[in-house]
Amino acid sequence: MNGRAMNGGSTWRAWLSTDTPQSRMQARLGRAWSGWLAFRRNRLAMAGLLIVLGLVVVAALAPLLAPYHPYEQDLANRLQPPGALHWLGTDSFGRDILSRLIHGARLTLMIVALVAATAPVVGLLIGTVAGYLGGWVDAVLMRITDIFLAFPKLILALAFVAALGPGIENAVIAIAITSWPPYARIARAETLTIRRADFISAARLQGASSARIILGHIVPLCVASLIVRVTLDMAGVILTAAGLGFLGLGAQPPLPEWGAMIAAGRQNVLEQWWVAAMPGLAIFVVSLGFNLLGDGLRDVLDPKGD
Amino acid sequence: MRTLKRCLGLIASVAFTLFGLLLVTFLIGRVVPIDPVLAAIGDRAGADAYARMRAELGLDLPLWQQFLRYLGAVLQGDLGDSVLTSRPVLEDVLRVFPATLELATVAVAVGAALGVPAGVVAATHRGRWPDHVIRLLGLFGHSVPIFWLGLMGLLLFYARLDWVPGPGRVDIFYEGMVEARTGIVTIDALLAGETDIFWNALHHLLLPTAILGLYSVAYIARMTRSFMLDQLRQEYIVTARVKGLSEARVVWRHALGNIAVPLTTVIALSYAGLLEGSVLTETVFAWPGLGLYITNSLLSADMNAVLGGTLVVGTVFIGLNLLSDLLYRLLDPRAR
Repeated sequence: MNGRAMNGGSTWRAWLSTDTPQSRMQARLGRAWSGWLAFRRNRLAMAGLLIVLGLVVVAALAPLLAPYHPYEQDLANRLQPPGALHWLGTDSFGRDILSRLIHGARLTLMIVALVAATAPVVGLLIGTVAGYLGGWVDAVLMRITDIFLAFPKLILALAFVAALGPGIENAVIAIAITSWPPYARIARAETLTIRRADFISAARLQGASSARIILGHIVPLCVASLIVRVTLDMAGVILTAAGLGFLGLGAQPPLPEWGAMIAAGRQNVLEQWWVAAMPGLAIFVVSLGFNLLGDGLRDVLDPKGD
Repeated sequence: MRTLKRCLGLIASVAFTLFGLLLVTFLIGRVVPIDPVLAAIGDRAGADAYARMRAELGLDLPLWQQFLRYLGAVLQGDLGDSVLTSRPVLEDVLRVFPATLELATVAVAVGAALGVPAGVVAATHRGRWPDHVIRLLGLFGHSVPIFWLGLMGLLLFYARLDWVPGPGRVDIFYEGMVEARTGIVTIDALLAGETDIFWNALHHLLLPTAILGLYSVAYIARMTRSFMLDQLRQEYIVTARVKGLSEARVVWRHALGNIAVPLTTVIALSYAGLLEGSVLTETVFAWPGLGLYITNSLLSADMNAVLGGTLVVGTVFIGLNLLSDLLYRLLDPRAR
């Protein structure tokens, strides 16, 4: 029994790591498998993956994991230090900090997911179109990109939030608007290296339209380096969102957003340090996770860069 | 002739970027939900007073004419008046800017003084423990929220250990004691011959610049490391070693000397990056600079001040980018 199971495992591995794949799918899965093997050897990257997976699990199961309701006030137990009843203490309304952190994971994940789903897509389209078509399209699009790159990100996000009004949705919009230019640059650079390739000419001679070539042939080739960059940038997105929350321009009370929680704990930081310290630790751990994961992915997917 | 042409191209591209910057701030100012007419005359004025004010502010003109008016005003140094301080925004910005300049300059000096040697050591000890330690430090710098680090720094070094003074640029009883000639407290104190105030101000700079500097240390060290690794692979390094030069001389003189130019660029860029970090740091340390000015204006919906401040930061940012570009061309003979 045992022996057969092991045997089954090794045939799978043999099938995945063969030098002569029989189908395109086998080749793809085999490549993913060898990438995973390389990734798994990198202990820091694995730690990053675990942190990010942990964030997802905590966010998904928040109501089950949180010992208290995140908004439940208990004024008799305000500013309690960490203890048996409240593992991470309570805030100035007597709310359980651990429960708020757990529910805050949902907000963090939502911000990250929304930015990751919009900014890179916009950047990818602008970059590939500019790189493939060249000429004045390239000049115009890249000038616009440069203008956005010329602003410090946080300051531009601040100005957008000022115009749109504070709130978590507007913070996401502001971060997305300020995040796409680097992706456009990367996608354009990748496009320039492949647009003169023979297989692109072949596709064009077969009568494929520019849109088809860009979407079907160029975009897929840019995705790998973009994924690495997006993962590395997520740490920055989390920090920017937390910064906006801290300044009172992101998520509004009573939402348990981590940056806003630090701002709330700021008044009593010298006496009740845990109110501000705990959310900061959460931000630190999660952005560290994304950084470690991004570094590991870079080594696997994009071995060119150092 | 070629240099002239290149310089003209550079100037044109900078001018275009500045133009775009103005367009962005103008458009942001137009989508704001605050009605500038109501802000100017109050909501109790009649309809004809409203119309008159609207015409006076030029809001009845087509958008492109409004933009031209805005462009003309900004080029004359008119960024509008701040509602909060009821002074011209430009005056306000010039008053608070030196505080940010002081903070960022000391921070970048700290960053370069620590980051360059750290990067060199990481490159010469590639894959061994100094490399790992420096890499972890960089990861820490990229992952920690700076405002939180500032708060925790105040908690530990000010409240518990009493090693550094609290928020602000000088102790409260020194406030306003030296004449603001440059706006940079340390220099003003020296000019006035007030050494006590100078040391106090320097003491106040310690924690915020250390925390802000950590960010540039991480970036500068990483770039130094990768530049050094490139150099150490070159043949002239082998030649220098074969000639019998000491390892220290090979590394610190020959290799480091050759990366001085790109390093200057990196340091200029991280200086620009510090402008951004200073917004949050200034809030935590009650540092009366541009960052604190912008955030305070934001919280009271003072749009002229926000956009004026944004414009100034953007312009400085572009200026520093241009400077790093020019330095590169000037210092590196291969780029000429």
